[in-house]
Amino acid sequence: MPLAPDRKRQLTTAALVAPAGLWLFVFLVLPFMAMVVFAFGERAPEGGYQAAFTFAQFANLPSRAAAFWNTLMIAPIGAFLCLIVAYPVAYYLAIKSNPKYRLVLVSLVVVPFWTSLLVRTYAWMYILGSRGIPNLLGMIGIEDVRLLNTPGAVLLGIVYGYLPLMIMPIYVSLEKLDRRLLEASADLGAKPVSTFFGVTLPLSLPGVMTGVALVTILLLGEYLIPQLLGGGKVFFIGNALVDLFLQSRNWPFGSAIAVTLVVVVVIVLSVAMRIAWKVSGSRQVDLV
Amino acid sequence: MRALVTFVYLFLYAPIALVVLFSFNAGRSASEFTGFSTMWYGKALGNTFLITALQNSLMIAFTSAVLAAIFGTMAALGMQRLSSRGRAIFDGLFAAAIVVPGVVIGIATLVALVEVFSFLNPALASIWPGDKPPQLGLGYGSIIAAHGLFSLALVTMIVKARIASLGRDIVEASSDLYATPFTTFRQIVLPQILPSVLAGFLLAFTFSFDDFIVAFFVAGSKTTLPIYVFASIRRGVTPEINAIATMVLVASLLLILIARVLMQDKTTKTQTGE
Repeated sequence: MPLAPDRKRQLTTAALVAPAGLWLFVFLVLPFMAMVVFAFGERAPEGGYQAAFTFAQFANLPSRAAAFWNTLMIAPIGAFLCLIVAYPVAYYLAIKSNPKYRLVLVSLVVVPFWTSLLVRTYAWMYILGSRGIPNLLGMIGIEDVRLLNTPGAVLLGIVYGYLPLMIMPIYVSLEKLDRRLLEASADLGAKPVSTFFGVTLPLSLPGVMTGVALVTILLLGEYLIPQLLGGGKVFFIGNALVDLFLQSRNWPFGSAIAVTLVVVVVIVLSVAMRIAWKVSGSRQVDLV
Repeated sequence: MRALVTFVYLFLYAPIALVVLFSFNAGRSASEFTGFSTMWYGKALGNTFLITALQNSLMIAFTSAVLAAIFGTMAALGMQRLSSRGRAIFDGLFAAAIVVPGVVIGIATLVALVEVFSFLNPALASIWPGDKPPQLGLGYGSIIAAHGLFSLALVTMIVKARIASLGRDIVEASSDLYATPFTTFRQIVLPQILPSVLAGFLLAFTFSFDDFIVAFFVAGSKTTLPIYVFASIRRGVTPEINAIATMVLVASLLLILIARVLMQDKTTKTQTGE
C-alpha cells in the first residue's frame, strides 16, 4: 500500500532533522546532564568521579571566588572598552565611509575574527613581553616596565580579540538607519551633536546591546587570553576549570563550577535579551 | 574621526604583521630583526610533531565540517516543515550549542564520554570473541563530535537564513509546472542555497581548525595544531612559532575570504531581487 502523502511528508521531515537532532541530543543534552550529575557527586580518591548525592561541591564554590570575581569584573569592563573603540569605527563604516570601499573596509574588520585567537593573542605576548615594548622603553631610559601578566594586558587582549564582534552588530544597526531621519533632524535645526544623541545613538542601541551581550557572554568562558596575557595572575573561570579537570583532576568540583558558569551565562543572556527587546524587536546579527 | 579609524585598523593588523615579519627573521631574537631568512619555515616543516598535528587538525576540521554541512543543511530544510513547537526546540538547542562556552562544551563532552567508555569497554570486552577487544577512548572521534556540535549550529543558522530569504513563489511555480518535490529541490532550491552551504562549510572548517579549548579537553592523547602551538608557546617564544602562526593565518585568511565572497554573492542577489 503506498504511503499517504501526509505520512510521506512527515517521514521526510523526520529524516531531514533526525541526524542533527541525534547529534544535539548525544553531544549536547546528554553531556550536559552528565555534567550536572557529576556536580552532585564526590571526587574519587584517585581523581575523577565517584557516585554520590551531595551539595558539597556547590558549597565549596567560594574557594574559587577569585576566578568568578575576576571574570565578572573584567568581562563587562572588557566589553565596555570594546564598545568605546568599536562605536566610532562602526559609525564611520556605516555613515561616513565612501560606499565604494565600504565592503572592503567591513571585510577587513571581520576577517581577523575568524583567524586563530591563539595566534592573535600570541602576537601580544610578543609585543608586551620583555623583549617587546619594555625593551624599547628601556632603550630610551625607562627601565623595568612590566606589561605582560597584568590586568591591563588581559584587557588589551580582550579588546583586540573581540573588537570585530562588537563592530559588526553596531555597523549593521547603523547601516539600516534611515538617512532621511538625519536630514530631517538637521533641517529642523538640530546641531550634529543633538542629532547624534537624539536620533543616531538611540536607533543604534539594538546593535550596541547585541554587541555588548555577545562579547560579554563569550568572555565569561574565555581561557586563552587570561592564560597567555595574564600569566596565572589574572585568571578567569575558564582557567580554574582547566586546572580542575586537567591538573588536579577534581571533576565533580569542576562540574559544579561549569554548571554555575552556564547559569551565569543564561542570566546575563536573559537580562540582555530583555533589555534588547525593550529597545527594539530586532535581534538579528550578521556575524559573517 | 578618520584618524581614529585608521588607528583602529593599524591596531587590528600591526600585531599580526609583526608576527609575520619575525617569522622571516634570520636570528633567534623576537625583537631584533637580524636579516631575512626562511629557515624557520624549513625548521617548522621538518618538525614531525608539528606535521602530525597539522594533519590531525586538517582531518578533524574537514570531517566535522562535511558532517555539519550535510546534517546542518538537512536540518535547515527540515525545520521549516516542523510544527512551531518542534522548531522552537531545535532553535533553542542550536542557540545553546552556540552560546554555551567552549570550555563547558569540552568539559561536558569529556565527562560524558569517559563515563560511557568506562561502561562500554568492559561490556565490549566480555562479548568480544578475540583476545584483544578494542578500547574505546578519547581521540579523533570525540574532537569531531564536539566540534561538529558548534559547526552544525553554525551551518544550520546560515542556511536557514538563506532559505528564509528565498521566494516561495519560485518553488510554487515549479510544482505548478508538475515538477516532483525532489526535482524542485534539485533544480530550484539547491542551486540557490548552495553558496550558503559552502560558506557554512568553510566557516565550520575554520572554526574547527582554529579551536583550542574544546579540543584541549577531549583530544585524549591526540594533538591538534592549536594544541601543539599552545604547548610550544609555553616553552617559549621562538621564530618557529611565528612561522607556524603565519601559515595558520594564511590558511584561515584564504578560507574566510572565500566564504565571504560566497556570502556576498547571496546578499547582492537578494538586494537586486533576483
